[in-house]
Amino acid sequence: MQRRDFLTATGGITTAWLLAACGSRGPKGADKLLKYAMRKNETLERGLFRHTSMDSPSSRWRNAGTALPKYYISDTVPVWDPAVRGTWTLEVSGLVKNPLTLTMDMLQKLPRITQRVNHFCVEGWTAVETWTGCRMSDLARAAGATPDAHYVDFQSFDNDYHESWDIESAMHPQTLICYGLDGRMLEAGHGAPARLFSPVKLGYKNTKYLTKIVFMPKRNGGYWSDQGYEWYAGT
Amino acid sequence: MAVDRHHWFVRLTHWVNAVALVIMIGSGLQIFNAYPMFARRGETFCCYPFAGKPIPHWATFGGWLAGARNWHFAMMWLFVLNGAAYMIFIYLHGEWRDLVPRRGDIRDAREMIKYYLFVRRRHPHQGKHNALQKGAYFALPILAALAVITGLAVWKPVSLAPLTNLMGGYVYARYWHFLVMLALVVLSVVHIFMIFTVDPYSIRSIVTGKYNPERAPELRDGRPFYHLVRRERSDADAET
Repeated sequence: MQRRDFLTATGGITTAWLLAACGSRGPKGADKLLKYAMRKNETLERGLFRHTSMDSPSSRWRNAGTALPKYYISDTVPVWDPAVRGTWTLEVSGLVKNPLTLTMDMLQKLPRITQRVNHFCVEGWTAVETWTGCRMSDLARAAGATPDAHYVDFQSFDNDYHESWDIESAMHPQTLICYGLDGRMLEAGHGAPARLFSPVKLGYKNTKYLTKIVFMPKRNGGYWSDQGYEWYAGT
Repeated sequence: MAVDRHHWFVRLTHWVNAVALVIMIGSGLQIFNAYPMFARRGETFCCYPFAGKPIPHWATFGGWLAGARNWHFAMMWLFVLNGAAYMIFIYLHGEWRDLVPRRGDIRDAREMIKYYLFVRRRHPHQGKHNALQKGAYFALPILAALAVITGLAVWKPVSLAPLTNLMGGYVYARYWHFLVMLALVVLSVVHIFMIFTVDPYSIRSIVTGKYNPERAPELRDGRPFYHLVRRERSDADAET
């Protein structure tokens, strides 16, 4: 082979490979490998996770306020209408000694936490907000979650949106069931009456419009996790 | 008369790195396109003039946000492990001696710039690499390490909060990660340009390992594109 041919061939193959890669999803055959990497990453991320690792945004950063995007999967803002659905309650069930059905009053009687934290969206934006609610760990204690509850599913009335979590992340002190945002009651656009919010997971893991919290022995995926986004999604 | 130039391990890690880097950059740009700006919600950001403008589709890889994230978080291991293997190898095998900065490198680099700008007539004397090239190859692993560290800060802003805070918080960690990527792109583009226009014979050395020292840029007036220019031999040329 002549040097010139070799150079042309090398250049040609490289260019072709780059052009083929442009904007593509990559070879289908790599999916298994990507899933394998995702599992390995999860093991590493769970190893790094600590209840003492807290999110604390600088006081110099401004709260997002009205700049916090409203997001839901239904066609219109999901609103709980008591005339149609009866009084809203939050059901805590599954692997618990005493299943609970909490009204908003009962939820607000649990120790109240107000925290200013980051919202980490999978898209790459962040928003600082001040959230009010009760700790998920207090709720778990009140319901008497059993030791075999390794996962928790958070379900909603937003077109059956749900996401399941590992118990360690759910029990992080900054994981709250929120009913207040920036000193006011949560609005419909942000997940009223109550939503899950924690800086330790990406936004899509934080189910809004909560109806049920189910302690489980196994994970059961979630709305975005089932579509290819990573299930763990820890920060 | 060809001599051995690059050990097979250096050649292997070079090409694995080329693939890993292209995929890391393409998938990173696809992820960036989900929010092609830096400002925190409700704030503005000082230093990015192209806020809101997505990166062109041809420069992205992964197809959609989740696809790109999955590629990015898988390929990062190949990038890191391959880079670490290369660093350990050149440390143990001695190639680091050709890359580590030495006294006089700055002067030599200045002479190379003068030469490329036609201020200086003759190609400065060089070792395996010229001083500019050496600087670039020395900077690459440092930039790669910065890419990994800033990337970790973006990936785990709560678990590795001290690291993210050190960079000025998540928004700036993401910005530094982006700038390091840009620096890697610029160096890579210059690298490829110089390979094809100054020393195309070195492509052989990074594929088969062989290099013909008689074709070294130093011996044939190696300014960009000069090897393509057919020139009449003049007395002036004979002098040099």
